[in-house]
Amino acid sequence: MPEANAETVATSPEAVASGLAASRYLADESLSTAIFLAIRLGKPLLLEGAPGVGKTEAAKAIAELLGRELVRLQCYEGIDAAHALYEWNYQRQLLAIRHAGDHEIDIYDDRFLIARPLLQVLNAPEERVLLVDEIDRSDHEFEALLLEFLSDFQISIPERGTIRATAQPIVILTSNRTRELAEALRRRCVYHWITYPDAAREAEIIMLRAGDVAEATARAVAAAVQSIRARPLAKPPGIAEVVEWANAATILEKGGSPWPEAFRRAIGVLIKDEEDLSYIAPELSRIVEEALA
Amino acid sequence: MTRDVNDPFAPFTAGRTNMDRRYIPQRWQDRGGREGMMRGESLPRAAAPLLGFGRLLRRYGFPVAPEQVSSFMQAVTLLGPRSMADIRQAALATLAPPPDRRDEFEAHFQSHFYGNTAAVVEGDSDEETRIKDDGGTSEEENEVIRQEEGGELSSGVEQLCTRDFQRDGDGLAAFRRKLAAALPTRRSFRTVRTHSRGKLDLRRSLREIVSADGDVPSPLLRRRQTVPRKLLLLIDVSGSMKLHTSDYLKLAHAAVQGGGRAEIFTFGTRLTRITGALRIRDRDQALARAAAQVDDWDGGTRMGPTLLAFLSVPRFSAFARGAAVVILSDALERGDHAELETAMRRLSGRAFRLSLATPLAGDPRFRPKTAALRVILPVLDDLVDGSSVKNLTGFILSLARPAPAAEAIWKRVS
Repeated sequence: MPEANAETVATSPEAVASGLAASRYLADESLSTAIFLAIRLGKPLLLEGAPGVGKTEAAKAIAELLGRELVRLQCYEGIDAAHALYEWNYQRQLLAIRHAGDHEIDIYDDRFLIARPLLQVLNAPEERVLLVDEIDRSDHEFEALLLEFLSDFQISIPERGTIRATAQPIVILTSNRTRELAEALRRRCVYHWITYPDAAREAEIIMLRAGDVAEATARAVAAAVQSIRARPLAKPPGIAEVVEWANAATILEKGGSPWPEAFRRAIGVLIKDEEDLSYIAPELSRIVEEALA
Repeated sequence: MTRDVNDPFAPFTAGRTNMDRRYIPQRWQDRGGREGMMRGESLPRAAAPLLGFGRLLRRYGFPVAPEQVSSFMQAVTLLGPRSMADIRQAALATLAPPPDRRDEFEAHFQSHFYGNTAAVVEGDSDEETRIKDDGGTSEEENEVIRQEEGGELSSGVEQLCTRDFQRDGDGLAAFRRKLAAALPTRRSFRTVRTHSRGKLDLRRSLREIVSADGDVPSPLLRRRQTVPRKLLLLIDVSGSMKLHTSDYLKLAHAAVQGGGRAEIFTFGTRLTRITGALRIRDRDQALARAAAQVDDWDGGTRMGPTLLAFLSVPRFSAFARGAAVVILSDALERGDHAELETAMRRLSGRAFRLSLATPLAGDPRFRPKTAALRVILPVLDDLVDGSSVKNLTGFILSLARPAPAAEAIWKRVS
């Protein structure tokens, strides 16, 4: 029974953490606890945090951990039921009506139904994990729709009747907190606020994710980024950018630039805002030297 | 199972077998059973502190639902609990304290489970601008029970209230009515059905055709909806604005009540979001509540740093995106104004229209000559007179109409 499968994978927060590490995702204790609780309590997991702290990556790693396919629903303003639940393929229905001529034809057959992410997950809750990404971008109407879906896990299609999930699907929601989510939604979920990792963990992440970066380089990059994030930047660098920076600097170093110089020249992949660049430029060599020391 | 007297979790672990049966995550099909667990009579004594923690949080204004408390207890059981850290993690994950009240939450946790009442947080650092968000206070929570007095006296009070209402000479009631329709608009990504001036609504038309078995009735149209833009008011509450802040707050209350989506912040040396307080319908009650939330009344101004702090919180800076931003301040920035310039430039990059209303402009001899005003003038869309509520309401109601840039106007004057 696949539900038992989820429970055998998630026997304890530590088991979850090591499982995630096998999918190249390093979760700290509180994140792995939250994931463990979400799976075992059968509740959706709501991850909030600044852009670039690895919310979507976490969802991908969870899907991999459970050996399920990830179905992603990217939210945006104006997203509605036709994009999230289901849609009829009207063009095919029309063609079928034409072709049928005098025959009886069921135009509400499965082949005319386009399943959108929420319906896809309902159809195979034990093989799929639903990721509702950046829910803060959608509007209140969609949040209400989602709330209904998350509480009952059923969809009513007027022509077909109600479709219910045969088991509790695993759902992950992410939000950048650009707006406050409805209290009801937070209440229904297991909640976790992801922060930037500390220097030691970030160094581990760089080692794991980057191609071939020496351990000393990874440590230096992590230390430098900690100090860069402490400054009032418009867009603090996310984890993906940090990994890129370590990669880029290593490549430049192999091409013949000495160390502090390689970091300085690769800064474009770390900081992608003109104002931030000019703000950080004068201090950069000092930051890098301190980190290398 | 042997009971260790020194084990602080003895009360939890001792009841384990019993609790396990009762608290295993129920198969989700029979979720009706969960509610029953909340009833006190069947709970083991060890669960009392967990329940109590939920109540404590509620008392301090954290929104905690009964459902959350029951999943908190389930989570504790699931985790062991092997240590106090497990209970803390379970509380964080299930009771979901808002990230900006995390420290407060930790303090309550310490005091409730360790009896450590000294751990109340008030770490005040001068470097960082302190940010305060009132969260979602709703009117229902703040309902005040009106004291009923004896007949004559009470009718006297009644009379006074009515007069106060009619003395509303500053036109705030009218402002409130007109605001939603007067704000600038934008085209939304949602569409509405229409009978004319629209594009073909393929989805609905095809559906119509299919249900008519292939007949083609007249096509149906849809059009993108127009919605009002957000209005963001940033109110300076420093000492130099003392005379005007109470008027400004009344204006802000009217703006929030006027429907639409207004967000109100105050700034001085700190930044405070008071939108929630102003949602209370009764004006005096709302203003009293807002006043209690602001900690930096009549102090100094650190306009640049507070505005930068505003922009550094993604949720707040999202309010400014595409919004009509009106700053009510005299812009008398002490010291270095480089930060103010950066902040204003970033704000104007996000905002639909950035306006500064200063009470100093009420004086006909006023010219934007101070160093701070000179550097921010190029990024301002409007620099207007904020000395009276009447002028301000008139200006806000005219935001939808185009006007020449502030720099052009003030160049002409001087």
